[in-house]
Amino acid sequence: MTMGMTITEKILAHAAGSDKVRPGENIWVNADVLMTHDVCGPGTIGVFKREFGANARVWDKEGVVIIPDHYIFTEDKTCHRNVDTLREFVREQQLPYFYDPANETYSGVCHVTLPEKGHIRPGEVLFGTDSHTCTHGALGMFATGIGNTDAGFVMGTGKLLIKVPPTIKFIINGVFPKGVVAKDVILKIIGDIGVDGATYCAMEFAGSAIEALSVEERMTICNMAIEAGGKNGIIAPDAKTIEYVRARTNKEFNCFYSDEDADYQAVYEYEAGEFVPVVALPYSPDNVKAAAAAGDVKLDRSYIGSCTGGKLTDFIFAAELLKGRKVCIDTYIVPSTAEVADALNKIRIDGKTLAEIFVEAGCLEPALPSCAACLGGPVDTFGRCNNGEVCVSTTNRNFPGRMGSKDSKTILASPYTAAASALTGRLTDPREYLK
Amino acid sequence: MSNIIRGKAFVVGDNIDTDQIIPAQYLSLVPTIPEEYEKLGSYALIGLPDEYAERYVAEGEMKTDYPIIVGGKNFGCGSSREHAPISLGAAGCKAVIANSFARIFFRNCIATGEVYPVETDAELNKEIKTGDEIEIDLDNKTVKVISGGKTCETKDLGAVKAVIEAGGIFDYARNSGMIGKK
Repeated sequence: MTMGMTITEKILAHAAGSDKVRPGENIWVNADVLMTHDVCGPGTIGVFKREFGANARVWDKEGVVIIPDHYIFTEDKTCHRNVDTLREFVREQQLPYFYDPANETYSGVCHVTLPEKGHIRPGEVLFGTDSHTCTHGALGMFATGIGNTDAGFVMGTGKLLIKVPPTIKFIINGVFPKGVVAKDVILKIIGDIGVDGATYCAMEFAGSAIEALSVEERMTICNMAIEAGGKNGIIAPDAKTIEYVRARTNKEFNCFYSDEDADYQAVYEYEAGEFVPVVALPYSPDNVKAAAAAGDVKLDRSYIGSCTGGKLTDFIFAAELLKGRKVCIDTYIVPSTAEVADALNKIRIDGKTLAEIFVEAGCLEPALPSCAACLGGPVDTFGRCNNGEVCVSTTNRNFPGRMGSKDSKTILASPYTAAASALTGRLTDPREYLK
Repeated sequence: MSNIIRGKAFVVGDNIDTDQIIPAQYLSLVPTIPEEYEKLGSYALIGLPDEYAERYVAEGEMKTDYPIIVGGKNFGCGSSREHAPISLGAAGCKAVIANSFARIFFRNCIATGEVYPVETDAELNKEIKTGDEIEIDLDNKTVKVISGGKTCETKDLGAVKAVIEAGGIFDYARNSGMIGKK
């Protein structure tokens, strides 16, 4: 009996030059893009030079994209040295795609920069030295995170040996209720299957509710596939995907789709109307509760930012709820990229820019774009939880010490829930404000 | 890698994520720079909550007294930072025994050769305590608790065994003629 293939299997077969691949097979695939940043770039370059020699050249200058984004606005000298290491390598290799914090090419968070700048195209293979590289499956590509050693190998050869993952399919049909956004959907799924529920599996999202989501919201869903242990997240490309990509690159690409008779390790079906706003309480992304049923949780801080929750759409959601209201706890607005930061001053709701809405609501002045406090970082990082703060956050992880001090606590939530909770100082179901 | 790994165990729970193995504030250290590699070792597992009575690497020390870490399920979940297996290896860890591993961490262990990831069905971390002596026999795929005399089996490594035996992804590719000799 011949079974069809999933979109993930088709992209990997294409990248391996095969007609067919099966889950569990180990195959060499050709990479289209290798992305690295300031935290893992210097180590990757170190491996590349150690293994291929001091004078080695990267496999494809157009294929290597370097996006410093983690530790940019800090006094830490080692962090500055690391960005210098990237600069030197870019100069030496004459790489065309480098977003330098020292000049106007600086962009910010790699996973928002990649699609914005046209580096994400359906059907391609992207490896990145960051676990949230799985974000980009939202545009119908295979994208996954790797370590420095594997990245050093890709840098020199353009290839990597990988095991074809089995696919778990999540079908969501119907219409999400007002107040439910992509972050609630992926948190609910992680809560259901657990932080190891998709270990080394492709997580494929489909159904009319997924098709109705914007490209940015689809990115939020695929972004957190890694929080269930997934190898990649993926959504079939459609007219929205193609329009988004075409507006940003002229490069040709291929669209792949799962066959009707593709083989899945498991299939989960959800009714969109049954979703509610949820949060993940400390200390695990699968510790998921309905926002309305999480109990009386007092907060010190609200944080809206990161690759997961710092895209333009996320700030539009937050502004929609904060407009004309006042926050009562410290509320951090951290745009992921320069393009998003720029849009905060341009996009208006009822005549006011998003930035004006945030400042009038009492939020801290929007920050410069970077990963900032999502992963703690150096002690002088903007928004870092340096004491025992309890922070509701649109970011992606809430393990002990994730946002800084081991005494701090992170509660993961959607931008709506983070905004509503900023108004009350307690975990709050945003639907109370969206009636 | 030697085929017998023996030494004191450091016991941890489920879902030990990469932020607990090496918190983000130390990620500016670059593993391919020798002094920074050593420093990463001194911070191995420093992100564990304060409820842990003992630190994996004692304060002021660069190396651990525990060459074997025994965890539960999903060890190494979270980020793709290779600093995680490297900090353990630099501290003197030889192997991590767990019921399961998050895949990027597992892969990074193999690609770097820093620590041997050993999977067991037996929930050893619930049966032993930090400081107990353990022996891992890689050839015979067994783990023995020296004090209790208990022995359990380790799971087969599958296809990655060939990569481990070659010494990592670079040597594996060189042996197969895919990339040139160094």
